[in-house]
Amino acid sequence: MQVPAQFEYARATSVAHAIDLLRRHGPESRLVAGGHSLIPMMKLRIANPETLIDINDLAELTRIGLDSGLLRIGALVRHAELLDSAVVGEHFAIFRDAERVIADPIVRNWGTVGGSLCQADPSEDLSAAFSAVRAIAVIQGADGERTVPVREFHTGPYQTVVGAAEILTELRVPIRPGGGSAYTKVERRAGDWAVAAAGAVLWLDGNTVSDVGIGLTAVGAAHFAAEEAEDFLRGRPATEESFAAAGRIAAAHCNPVADQRGPVDYKRHLAGELTTRALRRAAARAAGAAVETEGA
Amino acid sequence: MQITVTVNGAERTVEVEPRLLLVHLLRDHLGLTGTHWGCDTSNCGTCVVWFDGTPVKSCTVLAAMADGHEVRTVEDLATADGLDPIQQAFSDHHGLQCGFCTPGMLMTGRWLLDRNPDPSEQEIREAISGQVCRCTGYQNIVRSVRAAAELSQVKGARA
Ligand SMILES: Cc1cc2nc3c(=O)[nH]c(=O)nc-3n(C[C@H](O)[C@H](O)[C@H](O)COP(=O)(O)OP(=O)(O)OC[C@H]3O[C@@H](n4cnc5c(N)ncnc54)[C@H](O)[C@@H]3O)c2cc1C
Ligand code: FES
Ligand code: FES
Repeated sequence: MQVPAQFEYARATSVAHAIDLLRRHGPESRLVAGGHSLIPMMKLRIANPETLIDINDLAELTRIGLDSGLLRIGALVRHAELLDSAVVGEHFAIFRDAERVIADPIVRNWGTVGGSLCQADPSEDLSAAFSAVRAIAVIQGADGERTVPVREFHTGPYQTVVGAAEILTELRVPIRPGGGSAYTKVERRAGDWAVAAAGAVLWLDGNTVSDVGIGLTAVGAAHFAAEEAEDFLRGRPATEESFAAAGRIAAAHCNPVADQRGPVDYKRHLAGELTTRALRRAAARAAGAAVETEGA
Repeated sequence: MQITVTVNGAERTVEVEPRLLLVHLLRDHLGLTGTHWGCDTSNCGTCVVWFDGTPVKSCTVLAAMADGHEVRTVEDLATADGLDPIQQAFSDHHGLQCGFCTPGMLMTGRWLLDRNPDPSEQEIREAISGQVCRCTGYQNIVRSVRAAAELSQVKGARA
């Protein structure tokens, strides 16, 4: 039986209180949201915080809403809430697609959006989805609020720009008409982490790709993105040939490592193929087609 | 630290270490051994209980997080009138072999039926996809949940 080492526990009653607790308890203190990444790491003694600051009471971080052209998603929104949100599904099917295949329904009831991004696991699905849509992360500290593009949020495996006495409060996604998006993942079995996964958002001007975002996870892509493939596609016709070529570029520029989920060449192949599939589905949705979310 | 948790409708005040997991609070401190504990990786789901009405893996929630909240365990399913339809259906349709995964399956199954009284086989499989049956009795588990849906509908129609 594995249990965490000893620690102190404090419950935050507001964002300001959480920041104050982080400051008072110092660098060995950690926020806990769903705890579905942190508690397993504490059981393995990979993480040994001296103090846990529980942010589950912060109702101010649980909202999903539309506000002057932005989709705003609170850091404490649970995976299941993101999956079920009609407004999210209407504007960004990529999140519905991704959430259908993140962990399992019970884990999704408790794990949070903010915890996923801050965990910064190199195989995290939402990091790739938010990277694809070029979301903005809102971070609060004692001196106020700052915003950071999600593509600059992760500084390495398990590392982010969030400081020791800061808290991620919200993700903001700019909404632009004429777009479509999708996410597609290969896992070893239902509920597992990705062997590889790709997300795409695409805007069409007639049959021309006017803008595009591509996110990749589990394959060592810088910033969870395939920027070279995006640059290639912009201004090109939205055709099978373009999407296949973009997939090949994404595959060439990512940097997977071999592990129990597969060897490098297989993961690279998947990065390309899944990029192409995500683009194809995103383009169909941008053109107004109803494309079902794939099952888990 | 002292916590007060409403477990199956009754307030329980307990002195605990912050590192105590909810599953161990239930089993070791409150004697509610119906909830099982089966892995260290948050994968098996035999520990599923309801937290404020939503199923969670209680091995991955701190007891301290439940302070001031409501927890419902498998012990709360049966009433003075007898078994919950989901329990009756598992009994009738051989939904358990060794029974180790059963508490989690029952709590998830009950929740699914409360939200979706007429789930398809696919919806049932998806709902229990985060739970493992080492006896691999999935066929009968799915059949049992389906039968519980039908049992409840018959009862509802009679009432
Ligand atoms: C069985 C299982 C399967 C899983 N499968 C997948 C999968 O397929 N794909 C996937 O992407 N994920 C998967 N996950 C991870 C899951 O999505 C987690 O819920 C998520 O990674 C972390 O969210 P959390 O709220 O539980 O974070 P926590 O564990 O509470 O926190 C994680 C880290 O983020 C920090 N943190 C949390 N919130 C904030 C905040 N607001 N501001 C600053 N720091 C914060 C914490 O201090 C901690 O360091 C799986 C988890 C489990 C247990
Ligand atoms: S004991 Fe909780 S998931 Fe296995
Ligand atoms: S009945 Fe034995 S583990 Fe499911």
